[in-house]
Amino acid sequence: MNKTINQKAWLFVIPVFILVAFNAVVPLMTVVNYAFQETFGNNVFTWEGTRWFKQILRSERFHAALGRQFLFTGIILAIQIPLGIAIALTMPKKGIGVPVCLVLMSMPLLIPWNVVGAMWNIFALPEIGFLGHTLNDMGFDYNFTQQIGDAWFTTILMDVWHWTSLVVLLSYAGLRSIQPAYYQAAEIDGASRWAVFRHIELPKMKKVLTIAILLRFMDSFMIYTEPFVLTGGGPGNATAFLSIDLVKMALGQFDLGPAAAMSLIYFFIVLLVCWVFYNLMMRNEVQS
Amino acid sequence: MSLELRRVEKKVGQDTHIYRTDLSFQKNSINILLGSTLAGKTTLMQIMAGLDKPTNGEIWFDGKNVTGMAVQKRNVSMVYQQFINYPNFTVFDNIASPLKITGIGSDEIKKKVGEVAELLKLSGMLNKKPNELSGGQQQRTALARALVKDSGLILLDEPLANLDFKLREELREELPRLFENRECIVVYATTEPSDALLMGGNTATLMEGKVIQYGKTIDVYNKPSNLMSARVFSDPPMNVSVIKKTGDTFSLLNDSVKWKSLGIKIKDGNYKVGIRPHNITTYKEGNNSVEIKGKVLISELSGSESLIHFRNFDSDWVSLSNGTHQMDVGQEAKLYMNVDEFMYFDENNKLVNHV
Repeated sequence: MNKTINQKAWLFVIPVFILVAFNAVVPLMTVVNYAFQETFGNNVFTWEGTRWFKQILRSERFHAALGRQFLFTGIILAIQIPLGIAIALTMPKKGIGVPVCLVLMSMPLLIPWNVVGAMWNIFALPEIGFLGHTLNDMGFDYNFTQQIGDAWFTTILMDVWHWTSLVVLLSYAGLRSIQPAYYQAAEIDGASRWAVFRHIELPKMKKVLTIAILLRFMDSFMIYTEPFVLTGGGPGNATAFLSIDLVKMALGQFDLGPAAAMSLIYFFIVLLVCWVFYNLMMRNEVQS
Repeated sequence: MSLELRRVEKKVGQDTHIYRTDLSFQKNSINILLGSTLAGKTTLMQIMAGLDKPTNGEIWFDGKNVTGMAVQKRNVSMVYQQFINYPNFTVFDNIASPLKITGIGSDEIKKKVGEVAELLKLSGMLNKKPNELSGGQQQRTALARALVKDSGLILLDEPLANLDFKLREELREELPRLFENRECIVVYATTEPSDALLMGGNTATLMEGKVIQYGKTIDVYNKPSNLMSARVFSDPPMNVSVIKKTGDTFSLLNDSVKWKSLGIKIKDGNYKVGIRPHNITTYKEGNNSVEIKGKVLISELSGSESLIHFRNFDSDWVSLSNGTHQMDVGQEAKLYMNVDEFMYFDENNKLVNHV
């Protein structure tokens, strides 16, 4: 067979190439540029090598923010994943209840993030907020702007409210794709409800759950807007998660070099955790 | 041991899925439910299993009315069209799963699983997980799960439908042997007439929620009680055409084909003739054959058979010949029909001659 060689096809790649260059490569390279140099403005740069990286990796402030970040992400995953699965299991499988539940579930996902933060801020205010006022009326000494525990409690509650729906929707989709014959076979075997969940539903949901955990990990690890509006990172630095701390450093103190180095480290942590997790989950899956 | 459906009916809302059905399956029998998709085979099986309740009627098993009894208590096994196994269990654990609930000892379980695995040629893969197996092996595992507990009733719902051709042929030949020497009633649902003929036993032909005929497989095949049953039990589809009889002479309405049949005692008039494709061949077969001419529409060679679709005036016909007979599309073909194998149906679609 004679195939004509036509290099014009490369032209079709140009739009996507430009797009990716501008939304990913160029900004990232700018950050890389800052991370290895010092600047005092006027576009004057001096080479600093790995100094900022060493500084960040040794900084207690970074360690503390990273610790808070892992704690926060760990807690919300531990709540949202089981809760999401549990809700998905109780959702109706047919009839008018299905669209009603799906729409209701999608609601929190449709609200802009800063609105969620503002909503919860007002909702939780100790004097006038419904939540804050009620808790105080019940005898709890609740004030999320001053007490560390309360600030964490409110932030976690807000995130659970905002994002559990995503896990529910993904789990529900996973559950719906299980053929009825599986349940019948289990029924014939006399398997218990728990056994059905453990040995049929959970393995069948594995792929969507992997996606759900990955998405929730990434989003919660990079959380910024909601706690920024709700607590502003406070009280003190109690809820200053990595991205909040990063913005403080870059814009508040204008330490561009260390902030850029921190951005890269931050980025690599997310990438590494996702990679390890994904490979761990998929190691026994046969490619089909 | 027997399974009886007494006046069983199944309605879902306004729709009737199963019309009033009486069936009785004897001890140690193989029973085929033959019908196209949506004929009601699966519904009927689920009612037999106890996975679904009939709207009316009763199920009797072993002399007991089991209509309302939960499926776990009924000692049934079921194999599905899809390969249903526990995804995170090994083949061994999958096969053992129905036994574990019964609480028998682990040595006993090991022995039984070993035997069944041997029978189904799974011995080498007991430690694998279902997703590491081929479709055929997955279905073998599902079959093993059904066979390992000594169920009184084994239901097979199109177990071969999702397998590719070679694996299907292979497993199909093994199936009848699997149920030999077993104290159980086997019910096997299929859309394929050839499956029914291979499995033997008894066959119930189903159409649109009705059981049309039930009897020994070979009898149902040779003496379909009516045209519907004959159609269900014919693949490729049966040729049906209106004919007229005057004296001993039969002819197609357009008089293009005429033949004589001496032994048939029916009064003159119009009938429908049903001719299975393999009774129209490119060569003469039987003592009494008649020629039919037509224009070739499609000619398919498959293995050692030739399927030729042709048009005689305004009606289309299907013929199936042994051997490979290449014919060109559009070519005028001459074929022979084996008159002795014709089935005649009256205006109520009832069979009027016995072959």
